[in-house]
Amino acid sequence: MRWIWIDKFLEFESGRRAVALKNVTLAEDHLHDHFPGFPIMPECLMIEAMAQTAGILVGQANDFREKVVLAKISKAVFFDFVRPGDTLRIEAQIGSIAPEAASTSGCILRDEQIIAEIDLMFSHVDQNLAGKKFPEENFVFTGLFTSLLRDIVLDAAASPAESA
Amino acid sequence: MTMSRDEIFQKVQEVLVDALGADEDEVTADATLMGDLGAESIDFLDIVFRLEKAFGIKVPREELFPAESLLNNPDLVSNGKLTEQGLAELRASVPHTDLTAFEADPDINKLANLFTVNAIVNYIDGKVNAS
Repeated sequence: MRWIWIDKFLEFESGRRAVALKNVTLAEDHLHDHFPGFPIMPECLMIEAMAQTAGILVGQANDFREKVVLAKISKAVFFDFVRPGDTLRIEAQIGSIAPEAASTSGCILRDEQIIAEIDLMFSHVDQNLAGKKFPEENFVFTGLFTSLLRDIVLDAAASPAESA
Repeated sequence: MTMSRDEIFQKVQEVLVDALGADEDEVTADATLMGDLGAESIDFLDIVFRLEKAFGIKVPREELFPAESLLNNPDLVSNGKLTEQGLAELRASVPHTDLTAFEADPDINKLANLFTVNAIVNYIDGKVNAS
């Protein structure tokens, strides 16, 4: 993952679900072109926000051993525009996870309102049937995103011990 | 609990409509997944995941779509055709698929034609009505 499009994780249940937050701001350059005088968040970037939230969820389920890449947008439905100043809540859950791939479903909310429903599939590229080889180094999960997870995953790992 | 073939077909049809974005009337028993319905490799996993949910069963991918892995084995493929050994492995691995037409000309490009809606229905039928 080379760029970060979500601001932080709010909840993270390993192998099950994750909730991330993104603030949308007029400081984002593309909003001035999309569209001049009527800035709205491109829908493809809502898919990106879901792909990062769900992709990290899928990657963490296998301790980031797999290279997790977006393979299919099974569903993407949008119900409203997202404007500068909006705070998005991105909720993702794992539907199925297998050695080769995983499917996720999720929605994006603004306050209580559902803005989008997005279901994705991710492939574990080293497990491809064609036997193609990829670089050893995990080019998907680089150090860039680890700060995103550092606090929240540690919290989740610490909580059972605290309650015990 | 046993399921009739009609019930199974209907659920399989629903799965394929959702997974492939196909129209219901395109998903006939004879339709091929790749040729007629436009499935790509990742779709096969999507279909496996959805079948598992729809029928509450475990579907090992190589059981339902075994031909994919045969293609990468040089002992089983020669000059673009399955060898005798390849055919034998294929027969053993897809008891729910009719191979008569394919055996006459085991061109691997035609393997895709074996993945029909009916083959999935046969597989599920064997799985849920076995016990």
